[in-house]
Amino acid sequence: MSDSHILEMRQITKTFPGVKALDNVTFSVKPGEIHCLVGENGAGKSTLMKVLSGVYPYGEYTGDIMFDSALQQFRRISDSERAGIAIIYQELALVPEMTVYENIFLGNEIGGGILVDWNETIKRAAAMLDKVGLDVNPEAKIRDLGVGKQQLVEIAKALSRDVKLLILDEPTAALNENDCDNLLELIQDLKRHGVTSIMISHKLKEVIRIADTVTVLRDGQTICTLDAHKGEVSESVLIKHMVGREIENIYPGREHQIADETVLEVSGWDAREAQSGKQVLKDVAFNVRRGEIVGIAGLMGSGRTELARSIFGNPDRYELSGELRINGESYSLDHPGQAISVGVAYVSEDRKRNGLILIQDVKDNIVLANLRAIAARGVLDENAEVKVAREYRQALNIKTPTVEQQVNKLSGGNQQKVSLAKWLFVEPNVLILDEPTRGIDVGAKYEIYTIMNRLVSEGMSILMISSELPEVLGMSDRVYVVASGRITGELDIADATQEKIMEMATN
Amino acid sequence: MTIKDLRTELRKHIRDYGMFIALFFIFVIFSITTDGVFVSSRNISNLLNQTGYIAVIAVGMTLIIVIRHIDLSVGFLSGFLGAVAAIALVYWNLPVVVVIPLILLLGVVAGLITGYPVANLGIPAFVASLAGWLIYRGALLLVTLNTGTIVIPNAAFNAIGNGFIPDLLASDWLLPNSHKLTLLLGILTIVWYVISALSSRRSKQEYNFEVLPTDLFILQLVFVSALIGVVTWVLAGYNGMSWTLVIVLLVVAVYSFVTNRTVLGRHIYAVGGNPEAAELSGISVRKITFVVFGSMGMLSALSGILFASRLQSATTTAGTLLELDAIAAAYIGGVSAAGGVGSVVGSLVGAIVYTSLTSGMNLMGIDISSQYIVRGAVLAMAVIFDVTTRKIGSK
Ligand SMILES: Nc1ncnc2c1ncn2[C@@H]1O[C@H](COP(=O)(O)OP(=O)(O)OP(=O)(O)O)[C@@H](O)[C@H]1O
Ligand SMILES: [Mg+2]
Repeated sequence: MSDSHILEMRQITKTFPGVKALDNVTFSVKPGEIHCLVGENGAGKSTLMKVLSGVYPYGEYTGDIMFDSALQQFRRISDSERAGIAIIYQELALVPEMTVYENIFLGNEIGGGILVDWNETIKRAAAMLDKVGLDVNPEAKIRDLGVGKQQLVEIAKALSRDVKLLILDEPTAALNENDCDNLLELIQDLKRHGVTSIMISHKLKEVIRIADTVTVLRDGQTICTLDAHKGEVSESVLIKHMVGREIENIYPGREHQIADETVLEVSGWDAREAQSGKQVLKDVAFNVRRGEIVGIAGLMGSGRTELARSIFGNPDRYELSGELRINGESYSLDHPGQAISVGVAYVSEDRKRNGLILIQDVKDNIVLANLRAIAARGVLDENAEVKVAREYRQALNIKTPTVEQQVNKLSGGNQQKVSLAKWLFVEPNVLILDEPTRGIDVGAKYEIYTIMNRLVSEGMSILMISSELPEVLGMSDRVYVVASGRITGELDIADATQEKIMEMATN
Repeated sequence: MTIKDLRTELRKHIRDYGMFIALFFIFVIFSITTDGVFVSSRNISNLLNQTGYIAVIAVGMTLIIVIRHIDLSVGFLSGFLGAVAAIALVYWNLPVVVVIPLILLLGVVAGLITGYPVANLGIPAFVASLAGWLIYRGALLLVTLNTGTIVIPNAAFNAIGNGFIPDLLASDWLLPNSHKLTLLLGILTIVWYVISALSSRRSKQEYNFEVLPTDLFILQLVFVSALIGVVTWVLAGYNGMSWTLVIVLLVVAVYSFVTNRTVLGRHIYAVGGNPEAAELSGISVRKITFVVFGSMGMLSALSGILFASRLQSATTTAGTLLELDAIAAAYIGGVSAAGGVGSVVGSLVGAIVYTSLTSGMNLMGIDISSQYIVRGAVLAMAVIFDVTTRKIGSK
C-alpha cells in the first residue's frame, strides 16, 4: 500500500438479494483532503460508506479496507469508531427528546464507570459546540433545534470522539443556503485542523467548491477519480461521468400555457397552534392558476411547510381562519382525505417520517393514497396494483429489483421517487411539492422537472416549495416568498432574482 | 426442480412457514410422548374446539397489535358478555337467535367505548383497556353475584361449543365410521383451493408477473391439498366438524380476506406501518382505530359465547387471563409490536400451537407449574425466531 493514502478500499463487492450494490469498487482517500463522492441515486455511495463504517460487518462484503496503515476488519460500528472513523448518516440519528449535550456524548458518556459526570459533560459539550460554531445552549432539547443546527450537533458528536476521518452522507440535503455555507466552511476549517473528510452530495456546486478530489460511482462501480487541483472537476464533467451522457440544461424548457382560471386561492389565512396559541401563519394570501407552477421560497422554518399542510386538510389541527377556494368554491377541509377528494395532493418533505410506509413494499406505497382506483366495491385488484406500480417505476425510473421490494431497502433518492409516484397516481388538480428534489441526483432531477412540465401542460397546477433558489427560479412561473409565517413578496419569474428573493426572505 | 430452488424459496418465506414447521414438530413430539393418543381423531377434535375461543380473540388482537395498540379488557369482557348471554337465555327467556346478535352488538359497543379514549383523546390503549379490565371484571362478579354459576339448559346454544355438523350423507355401506359431510366439505375445499390457485396463477402470467416455478407450484398444491385432506380425514374419523370449528374458520376466512384483499385491510396495515404517513394519505387513523376496536369487541363477545356454550354455563371466573393467552397466541403467530406486521392466519396457527401445548402436556400428565414454564419458553422462542428471521430478510 502506498503511504500517501489514509484510506484504501480495494475491490469491494457487496450484494443484496437481487441487487449488486457494489461491484469491485476501489476508493482511496489522501490524508487531510476533502474527498467528495458523487453518483446517481442507487449508485452505491451510502452502501460503500456503510461498508467502511462497519454497518455491514466484515464478512458480508468482499474486498479489503486499509485504514491508517492497517488492514481493517470492522465487525461493528464501534470498531470503526475506535479506529477514528465517524459517519453522519443520510438520516439524522439524534434523539429528539434528549438535550444537546446528552446527544453529543450518547454512547460515549464521560465519567468513571457507572455514573455520568454531567458537569464535565456539559462543559465539554460547550467546547465542542464552540468548535463547530454553533451558538445554542447545550441544555436545549434536540427537537427544538432546526435541521441545520441538528446537523452541526451531529458533527460535534462525531468530533467528540477524536476523529481522523469524517464521513458525511448528504449533509446539506435538508439545509438552507445559509446553513449550507456554514457547514461547508466548517468542513474546510476541520481540514485545516487535519481532519480528513468524505462527503456525499448531489449538489454539484458545493462539491466543486470544497472538494480536493472527487470520485464518481455509477451502478456500483468506480467510474473515475478526479483531482480538483488539476482542473479536472467541473459540473458538466461530473454530470457526464455520473449519468453516462451529457445533460445540457438542468431545467428543461417549457411552453408556458397558463389559463386565466384560478384553481387554488387562499386569502386572509391565519393559523394558530391549538394548544399554545402560537401564531404560525398570518394573513397569508396567494393563488395558483391552471397550468401554472408557483414557487414558494423562504428560509427553513419560515412556515412554508405549515402553510402547505394547513391547506392540505390541516393534519396538525391548527386553528384556522380565512378562506380557501378550490376551483372557485370555498372549502373547509378537516382531513387530508377531504383534500385529496377535492383534487389536492401533497408530497411531504420528510419522506421517512410522513411520506412512506417503510416496512411496506414499493407497490403498496404507490397505490396507498388512491386505493379506490384499483378496487371494486372495496376489494382490491392485486394485478392492477402491480401493473400500476410497474408503470410508475418505469415512468420515474425507480431503481428497484422488483415492485415487491421493501421501500426501506431503496436508496434515498429512489424512495423520494416512490413518494412522488404515490401522489401522481392520485391524479390531482393541484399538486403541492415540498422539496421535491431533495436528495435526488441531477439526471433524476431532470426527469422530475420534465414530468412537472408535462403535468402542467396537461392542465395540472403545481405549488412547489423549495429551498434551492436555482430550482425555484428555473421551474416557476411565479414566486411567493415566505418569512416568519407571512408572505413577504410576490415576483413574476421575469423579475425574480436570487438577491431579491433572499432579501424578501430575510426581512 | 432443484433442491436449491426449494431451499431459497423456503428461506424467502421462512417467516410464513416457520409456524407451520413448529406446529408440525410439536405434533410429532406429542405423538411420540403420548403413544399416538395426541393425534387421535378424538383428541384433535377436542383440541380444535378448545382453540376456538382463544383463536377468535387472537384474530381481533392481531389487528389491535398491528395498529400499535393493545386491549387488555377482552378477557373479562368476554366472560361478562358470556354471563349476559346466559342471563338473557335463562332469566329473560330470549331465544338463541336473538341472544347471539344482541351479545355481538353489545361487544361492538364495548369495543367502541374502549376505542374512544384511544382514538379521540390519544390515551394509551394499555391504560384505557386496563380500566376496561377492572370494570368488566367487576361487572362479571356483579351479574353472577346472587346466582354464582349460571347453568344454561338451552341445547341449541350449547351445541355451538359442543355440537358437530350433522352428517347428511350418513350411510352404512360406504366408510361407515367416517363423517361423510365433513369429507365432502374437505374435498370441496381442496377443489376450490386448486381451482383458485390455478386461476390466480394464470391471470398473473397473463400480466407477465412473477410466479413460482411450475414444479414448486405443483409441490405447493400437493402439499396444501394433502394437509387439508389429512385434517379432514382425522376429523371425519371422530364426530366430524364441530360448530366451533365452522365458526372459527368462517371468522378467519372473513378476516383474512378483509386484511389481504380489501381497501379497509390496506388502511389498517398502513396505519400500523406509519400512522403519520397514513393520515397524510387520506386515511382517517381515528376511524380505523374505532373499526379495529369495534371488531375486537365483537370477537370478544363471540369468544364469550363460545366459552359459555362449551361449559354450558356462565361462571364467575370466565375469561380470566384469556387476553394474555390471546396476546401470546398472536405473538407466537408472528405479529410485531412495532406495528404494521402480522397476519390473521398466523395468529390462528399461534393459537393452535398454544392450545396444543396445553393439551399435549395434559395428556402426558405434566403438572400445571411446568406447563406455564414451557408455554413461556415457547413464546420467548417464537418471538426470538421472528426477530432473527426478520433480520435475515432485511439484509
Ligand atoms: N438493505 C438493503 N437491501 C437491499 N438492497 C439495498 C439495501 N440497501 C441498499 N440497497 C440497494 O443498493 C443500491 C445502492 O444503494 P445506496 O443506498 O448505496 O445508493 P446511494 O448511492 O446512496 O443513492 P442515493 O443518492 O439515492 O442515496 C440500491 O440499488 C439500493 O436499492
Ligand atoms: Mg445514499
